[in-house]
Amino acid sequence: MTISPISLAFKKTKREKRTALITFTVAGDNTKKNSLKILNSIAKYADILELSFLHNCPIADGGQIQNSTYRSLKNGTTLKDTFQIAKRFKKNNPKKPLILMGYYNLIYQNGENNFLKNCKLSKVDGLIVVDLPWPENKKFAQKCKKKSISFVQLLSPTTSKERMKKIIKDSHDMIYYISMLSTTGGKLKVSPKKILENYSKIKKINKSKNLVIGFGITIKTIASLKKADGLVVGSALCKEISKSLRNRQNPVTNVNKMVSKLKNKII
Amino acid sequence: MKLRKGIPLIDQHDKSGFWGGKFGGNFIPETLKKPIADLTVLFEKLRKDKSFIRERDYYFENWVGAPTPFIKLNNLTRHLKGAEIWTKVVSEANGGAHKIYNATVHCLIAKRAGKKYIVGDTGAGYAGKMLSMAAKKFGLKCKIFMGAKDIKRQKPNCDAMKKNGAKIVPVYTGSQTLVDAVSECMRYWVSNCDTTHMCVGSTVGPNIFVKICGWSTSQISRELLVQIKKEFGSIPKKIKLLNCVGGGSSSFGFWNEFMHYNKKQIEFVGVEAGGPKRSKKHAAPLTYGSKIGILHGASQYVIMSPEGQIEETESISAGLDYPGVSPLHCFLKDAKRARYTAATDEEALSAYMLVTKFENLNPSLEPSHAFAEAIKLAPKLSKDTVIIVNSCGDAHKDKDILKQRLGI
Repeated sequence: MTISPISLAFKKTKREKRTALITFTVAGDNTKKNSLKILNSIAKYADILELSFLHNCPIADGGQIQNSTYRSLKNGTTLKDTFQIAKRFKKNNPKKPLILMGYYNLIYQNGENNFLKNCKLSKVDGLIVVDLPWPENKKFAQKCKKKSISFVQLLSPTTSKERMKKIIKDSHDMIYYISMLSTTGGKLKVSPKKILENYSKIKKINKSKNLVIGFGITIKTIASLKKADGLVVGSALCKEISKSLRNRQNPVTNVNKMVSKLKNKII
Repeated sequence: MKLRKGIPLIDQHDKSGFWGGKFGGNFIPETLKKPIADLTVLFEKLRKDKSFIRERDYYFENWVGAPTPFIKLNNLTRHLKGAEIWTKVVSEANGGAHKIYNATVHCLIAKRAGKKYIVGDTGAGYAGKMLSMAAKKFGLKCKIFMGAKDIKRQKPNCDAMKKNGAKIVPVYTGSQTLVDAVSECMRYWVSNCDTTHMCVGSTVGPNIFVKICGWSTSQISRELLVQIKKEFGSIPKKIKLLNCVGGGSSSFGFWNEFMHYNKKQIEFVGVEAGGPKRSKKHAAPLTYGSKIGILHGASQYVIMSPEGQIEETESISAGLDYPGVSPLHCFLKDAKRARYTAATDEEALSAYMLVTKFENLNPSLEPSHAFAEAIKLAPKLSKDTVIIVNSCGDAHKDKDILKQRLGI
């Protein structure tokens, strides 16, 4: 069996003895064109890229990602556009792992099988579904695996050890640890030391799994967590797009600059 | 799809939390898995705990004011020349609406869970007002999430919430109504679930919230069953229970004790918000055949685009202005135990006019939708048919809208 681009990305960062930088941006933010431009330009620094497909009732997203989502929806971005953006990105960067992230209703309406077919056609490497927790996601995760798409399981500070063990057992090549009790983009309200303590406990369950940390990671906090296999930055990038638009600056250049700075903090 | 006998409807879900195999469930972020599991264990324990039931009954009786009156609307019956029209005046409950039952139970649970904070969502402002009242009564700090549009149109209830010491958090995202308030409240709970209890204001949300709310509002039909027997000597042969349906908490509570009766004897009619006559928008997913989608942690019939974006609704009544509907009602619809229809804004307003002209009753815009259906049905029905309308809210909160639309 071939090794997935996601696993390869972690192999590379481990060889280079550094954490993987994972970015998150919203499909079609601030325009479809710019969204693709952003992905293409930050791919130089990011090891894995997450792209969200839009839902207008996002129960786990904070203000920044909501702003990006509503902005993109207002511009008329559809699920079809999201797959288009993904496809074009992967055409330019065939080896760069791309993960789609979103809420289950969009998958449900598209039809699970059809959605996965669309993922394959766009060469998407992985999926995060915010509101489809384990064990409800078992069947869908298996379908993903059959199609060689990584289903990313989530863990949170409220997840019990027993539950973690079961989730990790069913996980694919990447696991996402939510750093704190928060929606996305919350201020880091737990000390990095505490987060890394929890992180180590999870790693002990299965050292071979790639475990990334997300939520509350910014230019200020990223260096303090670089022990992790990977770190996800999302809201900070969405915020940068909003700020650029407010200041009439080019969001593509500004996001690119920010991702370059983030990368500098962790190497 | 069939209802089972001898098991409360709220318990007729499968292991994954689905009623009828497809409505409900738990579509929630990982962070909420544990708080919801803990709440489930606690609630299942408490509902079997005699001291908890005694406590609930004590507050229902001495604070909420159970039972609420069950009266015949003689003038309206005479005017419509058909079926007898009765009403259960649930708006006589402390605070002016049925939302007090769910709010009281949630505060009692929060106390048992050792939580000091409680948060809730509100549309018409009744759920928020009642939660603020109950929180004050039971010594809990309270935050209410409410759409900015609703804050404007339901000012009297906002004043009451503030008076009770609750903090109102205005929600400016999306349509700025109930749907966004529920989302924002859930987000808050994701961030604060270690210290805070969440009360979902209707029979919606993840499985356990549907159950707690349905269990709480069932007080209405428990009282009604006794009252019907007392008034008629036995259960009449033809009864129609009419109730407005938004999220579906009052209607479920109004029907629950009669679930096992044959529908030819006791028919359930749910009346959704049809929206303005000249608008394509509405808040009636059951009436207008919406598809199954996922909203606020549960699968249900929901008004959305083919892609799956939740669509804006429109109704004069903030309490019914919700794109989804309780999984319990989806189940009742597909099992054909209940029938659903809609009344427009205009029909609700005319019904309000007619009811208040003939009777000493002041139903809010939500139950006015149910009265609209009663007014349509009654003349066509025989005199031995008994229509009972749940007058589940008081129109005090609607005084600004009524003044604007009807000049009264």
